[in-house]
Amino acid sequence: MSFDVEDYFSAVSSGDTILCFKGNVDSERINETLDTIEEKLIRDNEPPRLRKRVYNVLVESLQNLYHHMEKAPPDFHDQKSERYGMLAINRTGNGYRIYTCNFILNDNIPQLEEKIEQINRSTHKEISELYKFILNHQRISAKGGGGLGLVDIARKTGNKLEYSFKKYNDKYSLFCMNALVREDNKNINT
Amino acid sequence: MKPIVIEGTPKTPSIKFDPSEGVFEISGRSIPENSVEFYRPLLEWLDQYKEVPLEKTVVKIRLEYFNTSSSKCILDVFKKLEAIHKAKNEVEVNWYYEEDDEDMLEAGEDYESIIRVPFKMMEIEA
Repeated sequence: MSFDVEDYFSAVSSGDTILCFKGNVDSERINETLDTIEEKLIRDNEPPRLRKRVYNVLVESLQNLYHHMEKAPPDFHDQKSERYGMLAINRTGNGYRIYTCNFILNDNIPQLEEKIEQINRSTHKEISELYKFILNHQRISAKGGGGLGLVDIARKTGNKLEYSFKKYNDKYSLFCMNALVREDNKNINT
Repeated sequence: MKPIVIEGTPKTPSIKFDPSEGVFEISGRSIPENSVEFYRPLLEWLDQYKEVPLEKTVVKIRLEYFNTSSSKCILDVFKKLEAIHKAKNEVEVNWYYEEDDEDMLEAGEDYESIIRVPFKMMEIEA
């Protein structure tokens, strides 16, 4: 039932990739990735608003991986990584698309899917209200996440979160998500 | 009371709350993985300051970036300020944002709508 996870990620994230990694997501990796992208965006003279948005969405994407991922299944080739995840950033015509992928327990899929669907059903205004509600009413979870990451990504991008779950075995699936970051975030779902 | 001064790093902001100088400022980037741990000393400091506040406390927030887990900690900071304000002391938050950074402006407006403390939105040149 299992499949080549890394080939699969390369296929779903194919495009004009400016940065990609597959492996352990620790604090150091997060720092390196943020520094590399920030330098690249400045060098490419991207407008400040787009630059900041990409940086923000990247911070949340990386920290979502850091806080929420499951350890890789026991038959997966990389057993050294405490937190195995994959990330790619592609340049598109009018912005950047950020892809992330990590293992998830099959049992946890319905809850996550419902959360994403709720976000995707919402207008930009509703997402802003949802953000404020969670900010004011939910505590930071034991895993360290604030429950706001996905809502913030949707708010900053103004686009629907594209996602998929691919079954790895009876216990695990691979969760892949991507978000398009553009300079203007108010066109869709308003 | 003793000030609290924390040097900034690429992932954590500079913090300087010094009643003797009338300076209360958080600036830089706040994107640590564990923001609760980072903000704990400031929140504890504010619990003490609440007992002996200045007549007027103006808190300047000049953040370039902050992550969502910091956003909750920043709300906790504002809740402490709200308590000081509620105890009949003057408190004001100056929220700085770079021109064109509508995301940072909106973030300030979110806090303004939750916290019962006067906010001033301060646009600065990028």
